[in-house]
Amino acid sequence: MTALLNIKALNAYYGQVQALHGLEFSLNEGSVTTLLGANGAGKTTTLRAICNMVRTTGAIEFAGAPLSSRPTENIVRLGIAHVPQGRGTFTTMTVEENLELGAITRSKAGIAADIERMYAYFPVLKQRHTQQAGTLSGGEQQMLAVARALMLRPRLMLLDEPSFGLAPLIVRDLFRILGKINREDKVTILVVEQNAQLALEIADHAYVIETGRIVMSGKAAEIADNEDIRKSYLGY
Amino acid sequence: MDLLLNQILAGISTGAIYACMALAVVMIYQAIDHLNFAQGEMAMFSTFISWQLMQWGLPYWVAFAITLVLSFIGGIVIERLLFKPLAKAPILTNVAGFIALFAILNSSAGLIWDFTIKEYPTPFGSSPFLGSQLISTHQAGMIGVTVLLLIALYVFFRYTRIGLAMRAAASVPESARLVGINTSWMIALGWGMAAAIGSIAGMLIAPVVFLEPNMMVSILLYGFAAAVLGGLTSPFGAVIGGFLVGIIENLAGTYIPGVGNELKLPIALALIITVLVIKPAGLFGRPVVKRV
Amino acid sequence: MSAVQEVVTEAPVIEAVPKRAMTLGAGTSLVMLALLILVPFFVKNFIIFQLTMLLVYGLAVLALNILTGGSGQFSLGQSAFYAVGAYTSAILIENAGMNYALTLPVAGFICFLFGFLFGLPALRLSGVYLALATFALATAMPQILKLGYLEAWTGGVQGLVVTKPDPPDIVQGVLAWFHLKMSQDMWFYYFTLAITVAIYVLSLNLLRSRSGRAFMAIRDNEIAASAMGVDVALYKTLAFGVSAAITGIAGGLGAIAVQFVAPDGYTITLAISLFLGMVVGGVGWLPGSIVGSAFIIFVPNIAEGISKGLSGAVFGVILFIVIFLVPHGARQVAMVAQHLLGRLKKR
Repeated sequence: MTALLNIKALNAYYGQVQALHGLEFSLNEGSVTTLLGANGAGKTTTLRAICNMVRTTGAIEFAGAPLSSRPTENIVRLGIAHVPQGRGTFTTMTVEENLELGAITRSKAGIAADIERMYAYFPVLKQRHTQQAGTLSGGEQQMLAVARALMLRPRLMLLDEPSFGLAPLIVRDLFRILGKINREDKVTILVVEQNAQLALEIADHAYVIETGRIVMSGKAAEIADNEDIRKSYLGY
Repeated sequence: MDLLLNQILAGISTGAIYACMALAVVMIYQAIDHLNFAQGEMAMFSTFISWQLMQWGLPYWVAFAITLVLSFIGGIVIERLLFKPLAKAPILTNVAGFIALFAILNSSAGLIWDFTIKEYPTPFGSSPFLGSQLISTHQAGMIGVTVLLLIALYVFFRYTRIGLAMRAAASVPESARLVGINTSWMIALGWGMAAAIGSIAGMLIAPVVFLEPNMMVSILLYGFAAAVLGGLTSPFGAVIGGFLVGIIENLAGTYIPGVGNELKLPIALALIITVLVIKPAGLFGRPVVKRV
Repeated sequence: MSAVQEVVTEAPVIEAVPKRAMTLGAGTSLVMLALLILVPFFVKNFIIFQLTMLLVYGLAVLALNILTGGSGQFSLGQSAFYAVGAYTSAILIENAGMNYALTLPVAGFICFLFGFLFGLPALRLSGVYLALATFALATAMPQILKLGYLEAWTGGVQGLVVTKPDPPDIVQGVLAWFHLKMSQDMWFYYFTLAITVAIYVLSLNLLRSRSGRAFMAIRDNEIAASAMGVDVALYKTLAFGVSAAITGIAGGLGAIAVQFVAPDGYTITLAISLFLGMVVGGVGWLPGSIVGSAFIIFVPNIAEGISKGLSGAVFGVILFIVIFLVPHGARQVAMVAQHLLGRLKKR
């Protein structure tokens, strides 16, 4: 397996404040990786750094190409879909328009079929396809955000706390679908979570991040089984 | 009864002017999310360019087409040069920029073409339309062009991908970038389109009000009012708003005692505000639904 | 599922300003005050008159700053309040023979009521909609002042001439001891300065008070503010009232300084100038009001000096240069200066 995403000596800054300190990790193509850690550890910043939405130094390579000098929209065009925290719904547009926007960088062919595929994954979106997306519930908007990201036919999908604010049953469902997407569509997934237990269930590999540094990494299964790590870093 | 009907007809024909301008206003509001106070001056400047081209001997439609293209490019250039650097500045600073642009265009036009009133030709002729004394063929043509423009814009925003991308970039810029849209260029494109539409409005209005550097000042106000009345998010609303403002203005001037020409604008605005107080998103605007 | 509420809100008009950043340090303020007191001794009467206008417009910009910078409401209608204040003072002085100093509180009070009442319908509007509503007010005002049945008081299109007050006898008496005499311009300058300083201090205290915090909470997030128990409607209208009152007092002072009121002196152009003054001074930064006032008084003259035919364009270019260099206005300059000073002190 080759590394799809390679991050070396990554620092990130918000104004004067340094949020990431020499982060290093890599993602294997086709894997599901999770980035765990407490509030404020730098998980969201890491995702934002990959898409060049914060000021960074260091090297980020995607499929051999350096990312750090490209503007966000060009990074997306390389096949990196980012599901941001807060879902980033286009609230004034319809559900279907939101999905079309996900594929806005692609040629027209296959978009209609892909939208149908998303409706198959998330039937509730089909019921609401003409509705203004802002009227959807939180869970529905999260599904919409994931579906919108998939419309890119991404090679890599970045998910920022997809479980945030959702009912446990919906979260289960969402993670099941994410696993399916990874297996069937060969999408590499990097998911940031506070809900470590759940994330470790679908992940192959896990990193634990604390105050902007990676403090632990390993196979997801091993971390989930190691009670010491769980207790000291993940709190369950 | 006849008087009422006549006044309404007259209102519709002046309303066409406002509708045309309102369309340009809505256009740029869609693209940049605020009102551009210099838009009227941009339209005026474009109209002068077309006039100059005709003075140099070009036929109307050739001058029209060249002006359209030049205005589109000019709009983009203005955005790239003057407003892109202000993208991160506060909104009110941008508004100050619009006022500065207003001053520059108005003053330059005055210097280049001076402040004397100039006649401007119409391609539609100015004979009575279908025998009515109130609407001339030019005004009918103007209404026709406005409606065509409206349909074109509706199709553009609703059914083309670039239109969709422009709407997305205006409504949630960060998400738009995350789906791969170059939001900065969408804004520039919005400026270009608004300038082009504005130039059409200017060239259609000029035969009615005559050409001079201050011709658009009050028309832009009515255009704003119309756009706001119709709902800033709806090109259709803007056009209806334009006609309504024209009618309201005429009826207020005729039927409310003590209202001379002078108080027409304030009264029209007051009525519009009354509507807005009752319906804050405008008549046809989509209220922003916000989850709290 | 939470309730879906139908609201039209816009992004806050201005970014949050930390509270401390609303003011100048005590030292800087005193230096400024000393300068304002001393300058008239060294300049001609015409310049003293211009300085008076600097203070008058400074007050008007400050008033807009309280409304926009304080409570986040945008207004293009300040010229209307200014006109009401100016006419109130002028009519009371000329028709009722009232002492000029006493007309100012009346002007302020009438404008407060006017602003408060106007603020009521404005409650339903925000952003561009409010801009349009206030704009309507500004365009209507000159026309209303010209109306036939008000002519007995307003003097119609002609307007009213206002007599400039002499310095009080006590002042002249004291000065006579030193064989000095004070001109009308100089007296009125100091009179205006005293009022300006008083209003400035009161405004600072207002913004630091409970009401000021309520204003700013509304500016930053109206829904959150109302959830915290801030009476949004009351404070928004109150902000309008206070802003109008200060603008009205400025208008009254301006009328006396110019010795003349006429409808066409209070058009939308004035409202736009005041708005530009606020932006150049720094939105929400009260001391910047005087800088903004200087900009709107002097820059048009400078532009005229550079090119008569293109003065508008030159003004526009200067304005662009200013906002390119300092998009946050004079406040930004002050912050940078403060930062540099802080560095120097550290060494």
